[in-house]
Amino acid sequence: MVSHPTTARPRPLSPNVQIYRPQLTSVLSILNRITGILLSACAVFLVVWLVAVARGPQAYAPVQAAIASWIGRIALFGATFAFFLHLCGGIRHLVWDTVHGFELRSIYISGWTVVATSVVLTVAAWAASASMGG
Amino acid sequence: MDPQNMQSTRSPLARAIGLGSAKEGVGPWWAERVSAVALVPLTLWFAASTIAHIDSDYATVIVWLKMPLTAVMMILLLIALFYHTALGLQVVIEDYVHSATKFAAVIAVRLGCCAFVTAGIVAIVRITLSSSE
Repeated sequence: MVSHPTTARPRPLSPNVQIYRPQLTSVLSILNRITGILLSACAVFLVVWLVAVARGPQAYAPVQAAIASWIGRIALFGATFAFFLHLCGGIRHLVWDTVHGFELRSIYISGWTVVATSVVLTVAAWAASASMGG
Repeated sequence: MDPQNMQSTRSPLARAIGLGSAKEGVGPWWAERVSAVALVPLTLWFAASTIAHIDSDYATVIVWLKMPLTAVMMILLLIALFYHTALGLQVVIEDYVHSATKFAAVIAVRLGCCAFVTAGIVAIVRITLSSSE
């Protein structure tokens, strides 16, 4: 029995997401992961865009048309918010890695700061883009 | 099959080496942080540049991408971005996939990231070396 310590009976799995009420801490945690996965797709699109530019105007035109379409604009707006949320959430994680800000009050202050900063930066980025003739 | 059932004659230490952190777990963790710090200025530069070029025509984009600073920043961005992506996706896979497909998925993510970063760098080099009309 000593050689089969984990196969004798199934261990309980954590987290049991469905029995917990969503909180700012848990929602931001899973959003950091979801935005990370979404931004992986954005990284692939960046390479598609670069390859299209390298291949010439004929290859670039449909990619630019997709970006300029309203679906492309909505996706790009979502990607902008995902980027800023992951950036701000990531900086919050880097601060935690220095063993600072673990008090419950600090965690909620930094959490709402991440949400507010991401919204402000997303709106500011698109306002700046529009003001530059976009 | 579960390696623990296949190799029941091995000592607990022999089983643990290579399965757990075994003094190597901190490496990817640290690399994820280093790439994250590098990505803060690189992605902010990229966001600011994209804001300025979102509706530029082909000729303007080419002029911007042919600037040496743009090429250097873009290559650094691609390397840090796909390094961070590979490490991040590996953590996600390790958290949710608990079968033989875990190994295959991690390898697929790593190879995919290598392929995309190479394709991106080659594209930058092609743009840099292309003759300006």
